[in-house]
Amino acid sequence: MEILFAIAIGVLSGSGVWLLLRPRTFQVIVGLALLSYAVNLFIFGMGRLVTGRAPIVGAHPVDPASLADPVPQALVLTAIVIGFATTALLLVVLLAARGLTGTDHVDGRESP
Amino acid sequence: MEHSPSLALIVLLPFLGSLCAAFLPANARNAESWLAGGIALACTVLTLGLYGRVASGAVLHFVLPWLPQAGLAFSLRLDGFAWLFTLLVSLMGTLVVIYARYYLSPQDPVPRFFAFLLAFMGSMLGIVLSGNLIQLVVFWELTSFSSFMLIAYWYHRAQARQGARMALTVTATGGFCLLAGVIMLGTIAGSFDLDRVLAAGDTVRAHPWYPVMLGLILLGALTKSAQFPFHFWLPHAMAAPTPVSAYLHSATLVKAGVFLLTRLWPVLAGTDLWFALVCGAGLASLLLGAAAALFQRDMKGVLAYSTVSHLGLITLLLGMNSPLALVAAVFHIMNHATFKATLFMAAGIVDHEAGTRDLRRLNGLARAMPITATIATVAAAAMAGVPLLNGFLSKEMFFAEAIFAGEEPLLRVGLPALATLAGVFSVAYSLRLVHQVFFGAPARALPRIPHEPTRWMLLPGVLLVLTCLLVGILPARTIGPALALAVQSILGFATPAYSLVVWHGFTVPFLMSVIALVGGVGLYLLRYFYGQRATGQAPLRAPFDGRRVFDILIVVLHRFAERMVRFASSRRQQPQLLLIVCLALAVAAIPLAASGLSGGGVPLTPIDPVYVLPWLVGCICAVGAAVQAKFHRLAALIMLGGAGLFTSLTFAWFSAPDLALTQVAVEVVTLVLLLLGLRWLPRRLELDDPDRRTRRARARRVRDFLLALVVGGGLAALSFAMLTRAPVRDIAHFFIGRALPEGGGRNVVNVILVDFRGFDTLGEITVVAIVALTVYVLLRRFRPAPESIEVPRAQREAPAQERGRAFDPEAKLPAGDLMVPAVLIRLLLPMAGLVAIYLLLRGHNAPGGGFVGGLVMATAFITQYMVGGAMWVEWRMRVHPQYWVALGLLAAGGAGVLAWALGQPFLTSFGTDLALPVVGDVHVASVLLFDLGVYLVVVGATSLMLVALAHQSFRSQREA
Repeated sequence: MEILFAIAIGVLSGSGVWLLLRPRTFQVIVGLALLSYAVNLFIFGMGRLVTGRAPIVGAHPVDPASLADPVPQALVLTAIVIGFATTALLLVVLLAARGLTGTDHVDGRESP
Repeated sequence: MEHSPSLALIVLLPFLGSLCAAFLPANARNAESWLAGGIALACTVLTLGLYGRVASGAVLHFVLPWLPQAGLAFSLRLDGFAWLFTLLVSLMGTLVVIYARYYLSPQDPVPRFFAFLLAFMGSMLGIVLSGNLIQLVVFWELTSFSSFMLIAYWYHRAQARQGARMALTVTATGGFCLLAGVIMLGTIAGSFDLDRVLAAGDTVRAHPWYPVMLGLILLGALTKSAQFPFHFWLPHAMAAPTPVSAYLHSATLVKAGVFLLTRLWPVLAGTDLWFALVCGAGLASLLLGAAAALFQRDMKGVLAYSTVSHLGLITLLLGMNSPLALVAAVFHIMNHATFKATLFMAAGIVDHEAGTRDLRRLNGLARAMPITATIATVAAAAMAGVPLLNGFLSKEMFFAEAIFAGEEPLLRVGLPALATLAGVFSVAYSLRLVHQVFFGAPARALPRIPHEPTRWMLLPGVLLVLTCLLVGILPARTIGPALALAVQSILGFATPAYSLVVWHGFTVPFLMSVIALVGGVGLYLLRYFYGQRATGQAPLRAPFDGRRVFDILIVVLHRFAERMVRFASSRRQQPQLLLIVCLALAVAAIPLAASGLSGGGVPLTPIDPVYVLPWLVGCICAVGAAVQAKFHRLAALIMLGGAGLFTSLTFAWFSAPDLALTQVAVEVVTLVLLLLGLRWLPRRLELDDPDRRTRRARARRVRDFLLALVVGGGLAALSFAMLTRAPVRDIAHFFIGRALPEGGGRNVVNVILVDFRGFDTLGEITVVAIVALTVYVLLRRFRPAPESIEVPRAQREAPAQERGRAFDPEAKLPAGDLMVPAVLIRLLLPMAGLVAIYLLLRGHNAPGGGFVGGLVMATAFITQYMVGGAMWVEWRMRVHPQYWVALGLLAAGGAGVLAWALGQPFLTSFGTDLALPVVGDVHVASVLLFDLGVYLVVVGATSLMLVALAHQSFRSQREA
């Protein structure tokens, strides 16, 4: 599974970086979204891949090693929500820039 | 150590006054003057009140601990020398305020003037009273800044702006050097406390850092005191209003440099290096300033150069390494302040009443303004060193010291000769100033008819001239005790015997004074009769022109900075992003190149064939989105959603149900958000894009593709290496072990979010709230691109009966195709609300929580918009999203503050188990309130953003 997980991160981040370097604002937004998937998965991967052991403790004391690592999960959870907020902000800034400059090029004018 | 709170009052009062002065009305000249004058007077009185204690030999302190761990404190210290200087600053401040009240015209905005004047006074007092070297530098910089604002007071004049900029650049650069020097000094002495530094003189002088440290400190002091070769800023600072020149550029600010040299004299002086540097700068300034003053056309120009010259004299005295010279220096600091301020005030009066300060136009004003002429003449005589005036006494002390400065023949003959020459110049320019302005035939064609100003404007000058006379005739009775006190506080037991009397007999210094007087008069007559070649420039100017060097340096610096900016950065986004990506790649690659990528050690988990299918879909979606994002935005968007769903599924697969839930919910709102944005983007067809086929574009694509490949491959390799290494799980064990006993929840992720790391979460929801408000505000001023304004094609091509129908707010359901979905969606709203609340409530013990709950609720709201229509929903919306956000922040913050009520730190959780009928056991905790806050913020912020964006679609139709 690790190899699949790693390749997925690679594909997501590669597509994200490609789009990040494109000239159109919409491409950059999509690229950022893809990149944030990759980064979130990467951070999540810090806890290693375990199946069927969500970090939810029962009534009786359990062996902590038997559960998935909750710390990266908590970090990623807020990152997802903040990521949405910043995507919204970026979108609106880009729309406003488009209204002001008349182009959707990231530089505010068509490249020479 | 004797404490005195009034020290703090002396420093604080001017700053408080400055704050008050800034907020008075623009034309409140009298109120401002009363305020400023009252504060200056209060400082004077407070200082005078401390005389008794200082005279008894005590050093007063006021210490306010700030960072005791780092040895930092706000520390004030008053000894005899500081006392004398404090008195000078506050007393002169009082007189200048009186003068300024009548000098400024009713059109001048007085609040700015007095606010900065008071701020300057406070900073200057701060320098004088600082008991800590770093603190002294802070006040030092504050004086540079307030001086900048005061020079640029009439900022509509280019000269004022230029002069202010030059003064700030020179003195602030010096201040920067001073800071470095002071840090070195403090490090050598082992403390920044002035008392301890002053006691560490021998250590400091013997230290290998001494030359560098001395150089840096001297750079600070010499730039501030306008000493050669940094003297050029002072004449340009004369663009300031005259009260400022009288106060800052004769009596106080420029004295800060020599004050510092005197203050640190016991520590730094006594070496050959000190002698060479300080005497060299002093002597050069003394002679050059005096010579340049002879050739000025502007009255204030003469005074500025003579100030450079007199400060040079003081610096020279300080450099001589002799206690007697130090006495002369301190004495001359005081004398110079009195006569020079008077002369500035007189120059201001002449400017005010005659309309010009040009020496070539002015003549014979004594008849029209006899009192001004008298005070100016007496003050100029003091400056020239005429007997029975204070300037004579300190100058004679200087001559006496010049004779005994050194044993080498060059110094024995050269220094007295140069000192006498400077005296000759000084007499000549003093004579020229007074004779040309006030005597001779009355000038004609002046801009105004000259007359005596009001009595109040003359009063400060008269008082100062009386001081000159009193000190000059009865030195021992007037300045004697204070001078003795000041000198003793610097020198301690090394204080030499000196005599303050007018007549010492026919000595060599007296002879030198006589030569200076006769020579000066002779020089002036010579110049007077052999042509009036006042060019405004000294003939010796060219090789010493600091100003040109300054200008060239500034231009070179600008060019360098511009080139650097152009080289290292770009205004365009694409190269910047490219740079960031490359930099990130380098940051990751460089340590890896050193250590290599080592994984392994942990057995791989077997590949589950069921996971392969979504994995494949996710990867294809990601690549597809990347390919399609330019020309097929909707397709790209759908594939982005696919990649998101795959991410969500991965979270769920690998034991992260909370993440999976949140990711799915976020996926929905992100998709809606981007869909709403699509409408405002320009149409783009693959066919009409010619620049795709240019060679450059192709090369760029190849480059970016390779970069993407490297980043993707690298990150994949990194991930794989990381995943196959043994994990570090100490933190995980900490949280898992304590979630239930200390956090009261079973869902460890949620407990971390709302309890252990609650402060983080509070910060994060605040960010979300701010972003939502920013989006809202940005969209209020939204101007869509022209071609996006018209109604979209889909709406245009809709059946005619639908298009023509006006919006009916009373309609229960939208008509047309959407009627059935509208019914369903509306029925769904309470269900969605229920699910959201359920997720919120169970979050502490099972997957769920405020974030997911909020997103679900927001999705339910936004579906109403999509199906019912924005107008229909807005017509019915009773609760505004802004209130949700505000309530949420209040709830989350309130949950934190509640802990205070129980005497616990902010955001400490507390709770209890309740046994309710029907419902069963319920755990009620403050974290639930916190999570409710999260929920409300997420609902409010998400709907606010989406609704604001959705709202644009009918705004533009209205506008079109």
